[in-house]
Amino acid sequence: MVKPVIVNLGKIDISIFKKQKKEDGLVSALLGSLLALFLAFCVAAFIISLSGANPLLAMETMIKGAFSSKRMIAETLIKATPLLLAAEGLTICYRAGMISIGSEGQIIMGGLFATVTGLYFVKGLPSILAITIVILAAALGGGLWALIPAILKAKLGVSEVINTIMLNYIALYGISYLLDKPLREPSAINPQSSLLPENLWLPNILPGTRLHFGFILALLAALFVYLLLWRSPWGYQMRAVGFSQSAAKNAGIPIVRNLILSMVLSGVFAGIAGGIEITGIHHRLMNAFSAEVGFDAMAVALLGKLHPVGVVIAAIFFGALRVGSGVMQRSVQVPSSLVSVIQGLVIIFVLMDTFIKNYAVSVLKKGKEVITKGGHV
Amino acid sequence: MAEEIALKLNNITKIFPGVIANKDVNFELHFGEIHALLGENGAGKSTLMNIVYGLYDADGGTIEVKGEIVKIKSPKDAIALGIGMVHQHFMLVPRLSVVENVILGMDENLRKIDMIKAKKEVQALLDKYNFKIDVNAKVRDLSVGTQQKVEIIKALYRGADILILDEPTAVLTPLEVEELIIMAEMFKKSGKAIIFISHKLWEVKKLSDRVTVLRAGEVAGTVVTASITKEGLASMMVGREVLMAYNKNECKPGKAVLNLENVIVKGINRASDLKNLNIEVRMGEIVGIAGVDGNGQSEIAAVIMGLHNLESGRVLFQGCDISQKNTRKRIQDGMAHIPEDRFKDAIIKDFSIAENLILDDYDIEPYTKNGVFSPAKVVNNAKNLIKEFDIRPPFPNALIKKFSGGNQQKVVIARELSRNPKFVLAMQPTRGLDIGAVEFVHERLLAERDKGKGVLLISADLDELLIVCDYILVLYEGEIMGSFVPGKISLAEIGMMMGGTKRDGETSDC
Repeated sequence: MVKPVIVNLGKIDISIFKKQKKEDGLVSALLGSLLALFLAFCVAAFIISLSGANPLLAMETMIKGAFSSKRMIAETLIKATPLLLAAEGLTICYRAGMISIGSEGQIIMGGLFATVTGLYFVKGLPSILAITIVILAAALGGGLWALIPAILKAKLGVSEVINTIMLNYIALYGISYLLDKPLREPSAINPQSSLLPENLWLPNILPGTRLHFGFILALLAALFVYLLLWRSPWGYQMRAVGFSQSAAKNAGIPIVRNLILSMVLSGVFAGIAGGIEITGIHHRLMNAFSAEVGFDAMAVALLGKLHPVGVVIAAIFFGALRVGSGVMQRSVQVPSSLVSVIQGLVIIFVLMDTFIKNYAVSVLKKGKEVITKGGHV
Repeated sequence: MAEEIALKLNNITKIFPGVIANKDVNFELHFGEIHALLGENGAGKSTLMNIVYGLYDADGGTIEVKGEIVKIKSPKDAIALGIGMVHQHFMLVPRLSVVENVILGMDENLRKIDMIKAKKEVQALLDKYNFKIDVNAKVRDLSVGTQQKVEIIKALYRGADILILDEPTAVLTPLEVEELIIMAEMFKKSGKAIIFISHKLWEVKKLSDRVTVLRAGEVAGTVVTASITKEGLASMMVGREVLMAYNKNECKPGKAVLNLENVIVKGINRASDLKNLNIEVRMGEIVGIAGVDGNGQSEIAAVIMGLHNLESGRVLFQGCDISQKNTRKRIQDGMAHIPEDRFKDAIIKDFSIAENLILDDYDIEPYTKNGVFSPAKVVNNAKNLIKEFDIRPPFPNALIKKFSGGNQQKVVIARELSRNPKFVLAMQPTRGLDIGAVEFVHERLLAERDKGKGVLLISADLDELLIVCDYILVLYEGEIMGSFVPGKISLAEIGMMMGGTKRDGETSDC
């Protein structure tokens, strides 16, 4: 038992508790993530050195590249935007215990809904209203695409992991067909849709760069997820369901509804990410516009420890990796696909981080023992 | 042959952290006899047999099989010594056929298996015991009773001449029980030995030649079955000193707060089906439900809280039919529930103390106001309850999984009772707690009763019920065997009811 120290200052009693050790606090969580990153980079460095390049130089150019100028910083944030949105969505559904691999497909559906709405349904509306409608359409697209595996899981118990993966392919090849035939721009050589009218393009927020309003939206999404999960009764329900369905059921919390809601919300965020990529960057629908953001978002969500703030940091970091790797490829001839290797390693090490932490602690303890023993001899 | 000693246990002791499961147990089994091991839940019957079968290691004592002292380190050793065990939960592979299950694990080299020969041998065994089972049938298509026969054949095929049956009749229909008895008699007549674990008096009387009664891990006695009455067995099984007593105020029951009317429910197995059950709990009284685990207790709790569908019947709360209301509504109406499985059903182990304390009312004021959830209010509430219920250590933001079982239970009780409920359902509320925590729980429940609340206490611990309850019902296979006021009838009579004998001339006033 920790005894409080009570200091009597005249009329005021001040009691001082020894602060409880926060084993599950943010610091410890952050430490785990940093350790995972460090290990991922070590392995990556080894791979780089195998290809004959200097790993330290390669890493340096990558990090410097991402933050070397105003334009590069803006590019980093642009790349971080859809990652952040999708990862915030995944944060909700992972917290509720739904393991979604489906962000990629939901992003694609968001992009499709945004493009179709933008091309055919908002003609003549004022810019702000039209953009709002397009983004809402994107949210709807992503949400609907997530609703399918959500219902199958919550009502019938069908694995959401398999279903979300499969729906990714359906979305990917679905738009591939649509772009080849019905949505194809009449005059184009490549399979792509017509250009969206300029009043649907997201406004620029940093002159001289491509940084668009979507980044602000992504930050707002992070705030929203924080408020939802920790400042609303619905978030409490979802977290309870995620940790223990049986205890939640005994407290009368509806399991099915929360599972579906969390998955659909993650789809909504992924859909918005898709809509923003279309209205902010590409301005038209094209194959592979999603650039596997949906998969990287899983790494971002996990690296951010499923905390909205951690996810913001992780998303910007991954954005920087994407931009920096291009620079690295140009200047040190290390292929930029190395970033995918790093991301994969990060996922593995993050998932192992409890184990790694315990191992590190036991190694340290052993080291200490050896030292004390050595002292006695 | 008949008097040769098959198995002898000398001073077997087994200690689990905090519990002595077996203490200096001596036991003797002869060839040509059926020996029953009788005792309440937690008396140490299964632990003892698991030691014999090599699943647990004894902390003291020796085992003699057929006159030789042996070390049994694993079921493999036990099988080699001719000991076979049929567990309560069958160890069969549902997708495989009968014969495949029987020979499974016999030979590690799969290429050496001669299926035709194996089928013939298994068929011969089945014929010998008159079991009508198709050797090619898949186990998943067989009834529970038939699966048990497959388990028995599995043990016999491995050459068992000492057969241990763990609560064999728990899952059987009456007809299947008859078949089991015939099989056991045949086995005995061929000069082999059976130990069967049971808490049912009638089957012990009917089936066994001798019976050893275990009570709280110790042998209460070994007797020839024919020389003792059911009443005698019952008092051996439950006859122990009542450990504690409380200064209880007089019970002043008021109107009914909870009624189960003609409730019929399909349980997880036949023994736990609720068969036309009627229970009434009045305000200001603690009603207890006694009985051995698995006789429908979990189903009663689930039906009361709306976690399990009724087949027929009604649940009334303060006179209103709540059968169609969901769990949440029932909680909000003023029903409190202390679940049986604390770790799984009562707490969310990755939530903090503060978050666990509001699991029932996170979405109402003061915690949620106009849709905004306020963690500060949640922590404030926790600080108050930590003080009131003496939860230690007093850290509202610490994860509950780091707390002791007693303090976790205090959190559950603080949550349920601080809502000022009108009815409290407490299911095994003191299981696994130390004495201090047990007293705390009991005193809290008594305080609720004195405040005029209705309490239903379901427990497998008869001592607990006797000292806390005003009125006790005895449950056996989903039916009430009888009811009594503590102290008004003998332990032997209670034991009779727990073992499945209906009581005539019920007393029903508190």
